[in-house]
Amino acid sequence: MIAVELLKLSRRLRTWVSVGLICALPLVVAIFIAVTHLAPPPGQGSAFLSAVLDDGQLYPAAALALVLPVFLPVAVAVVAGDSIAGEATGGTLRYLLARPVGRTRLLVAKLVTVITFTVLAVIAVTVTSYATGVLILGPSRAAAVGTPPGGLSGAIAPGAGGGPTAGLQPGTAITSLSGTPLSTLQLVERVLGAMAFITVSMLGVAAIALFLSTITNSALGAALGSLAALVGSEILVTLNAATAVQPYLPTRYWLAWIDFFRQPIFWRNIDRGFGIQAVYVVVFLAAAWANFATKDITT
Amino acid sequence: MITTTNLTKRFGQVEAVREVSLDVREGDRYGLLGPNGSGKTTLVRMLLGLVYATSGSISVLGEPVPRHVSRALPEIGALIEEPAAYPHLSGRANLRLLDAAGPHGVRRTRRRRVDEALEQVGLAGIDRRPVRAYSLGMRQRLGLAAALVRRPRLLILDEPTNGLDPRGIRDMRDLLIGLNDSGVTVFLSSHLLPEVSALCTRIGVLDSGRLVLQDQLATLQEPTGRVLVSTDDPELAAATLDGLVEQRDGADLVIRSADPAALNARLVGAGVPVRSLVAQQRTLEDVVLSVTGSGSDQFGVPAPAEALPPTSAQDEAS
Repeated sequence: MIAVELLKLSRRLRTWVSVGLICALPLVVAIFIAVTHLAPPPGQGSAFLSAVLDDGQLYPAAALALVLPVFLPVAVAVVAGDSIAGEATGGTLRYLLARPVGRTRLLVAKLVTVITFTVLAVIAVTVTSYATGVLILGPSRAAAVGTPPGGLSGAIAPGAGGGPTAGLQPGTAITSLSGTPLSTLQLVERVLGAMAFITVSMLGVAAIALFLSTITNSALGAALGSLAALVGSEILVTLNAATAVQPYLPTRYWLAWIDFFRQPIFWRNIDRGFGIQAVYVVVFLAAAWANFATKDITT
Repeated sequence: MITTTNLTKRFGQVEAVREVSLDVREGDRYGLLGPNGSGKTTLVRMLLGLVYATSGSISVLGEPVPRHVSRALPEIGALIEEPAAYPHLSGRANLRLLDAAGPHGVRRTRRRRVDEALEQVGLAGIDRRPVRAYSLGMRQRLGLAAALVRRPRLLILDEPTNGLDPRGIRDMRDLLIGLNDSGVTVFLSSHLLPEVSALCTRIGVLDSGRLVLQDQLATLQEPTGRVLVSTDDPELAAATLDGLVEQRDGADLVIRSADPAALNARLVGAGVPVRSLVAQQRTLEDVVLSVTGSGSDQFGVPAPAEALPPTSAQDEAS
């Protein structure tokens, strides 16, 4: 059943268009920055964007920061919101269940599909933005800025024209947010960590959208409903008066993945972020299952 | 094959299905008749485990539903209201996907079964277009193909002739009779009386959620034991047949008699000028209209002012 659902996902144009758009945004931003050499000053704009002119290899992190607030959650919400409601509206849900596909099995297959889509989107963004960063913004030519001089610039110079492989040269150092250098291996680890964290962050949205998808027959309603929950959460996160509930909001720790780029990794918020997403995923999946398993299918 | 006992489904205040006790036997071509809104679709969905009953019990292919519906469903082909398919995929791709869904579609035979089902419904050759481009009739055929792709023992078809042209309706009928001859039990719902009377061997009639009639079609259509007589001298006829006249409307009389020939001889012997004499045989329409209540106008035929007297079959159902 999971294979069938993945096949259905892969044969929808929407899947590829949305992944394409998610990857296109960082590309467009990179082109603007490369042409104008105007990166936002440190502390402003999207995370890491101020540093990418200095080091193209950091661009995956900047790209993830760009797509995280809107593009990625929208795409995930659309896919998850469509999962059950779309089949219900199209009438195919009753035929699947009469095949028979167990209701729990169908829900699990849909969940796996949504997770796959999220992972796919995050990987696509990371890979394309790494290529973008290295090719368009160039590898860490700016090691000269701020960090230990001489040797580094020298080490990088030969790789500058060498394309993506340049970044893999041992000894190329990237500066962490804490100011200390990161080795390439460390950088890879931390990008992977950030990808995992962002994927998990999206699962909260996915669970909410999947739950709504079992309640309504409108795929649009389910997607927009889960996005409304996110927007509401974002507003409360910035509201001082709502401090009491902030630790429990789904978007509260969304930006904690940045802490992967500190030296050493600042785990506190990352752990909390994983924890709160796990709670949302468990609660909403349980609710989705309870509702779907007992629901009269009348569409 | 299908047995329900006092099956009831309530949606909020509305009782969609009330105390229905269906009995579909192996080899039947069972037609569930009822006007739109009489609960046919809800009943069909309950049989397939899509809608949960409020009370009562269901057994399909010997399995209790919904508890063990997943054991019965692999041997059931179903068409539930309109057919549905993924519009961006071809008919063939849709069948393959649907067959791959769930644990019971054997992969090794899939291609052959899909080909066979498409062939059976007359879609072979035009199945590669996306379903988006299909006509309503083609979608209906594809829906039927989806029901047939696992070679089921039992077909549960909700309004299977919807959207078909007269040719398509006849093809469908021939196909279902052929499948039935090869051992498939057919259960279908319809609001089209002629369809059911041409196809089915056994019927049930739903009216406002109640099963008001269930019997063999042949039994229901037996001569009624009444003879319709038209004569220029109804007075004399009535006098001759004193006590046997059930109804009189001008020159037309309804007479109780199991033997039209003897009745005719008697009338002629008494000098009654008989213009016409016909043994009454009930049409399915008569049968259905006689047992359905207020909703019967939805069949497109006005309910008769005076219902026919009950027959033994109706006694059984009530």
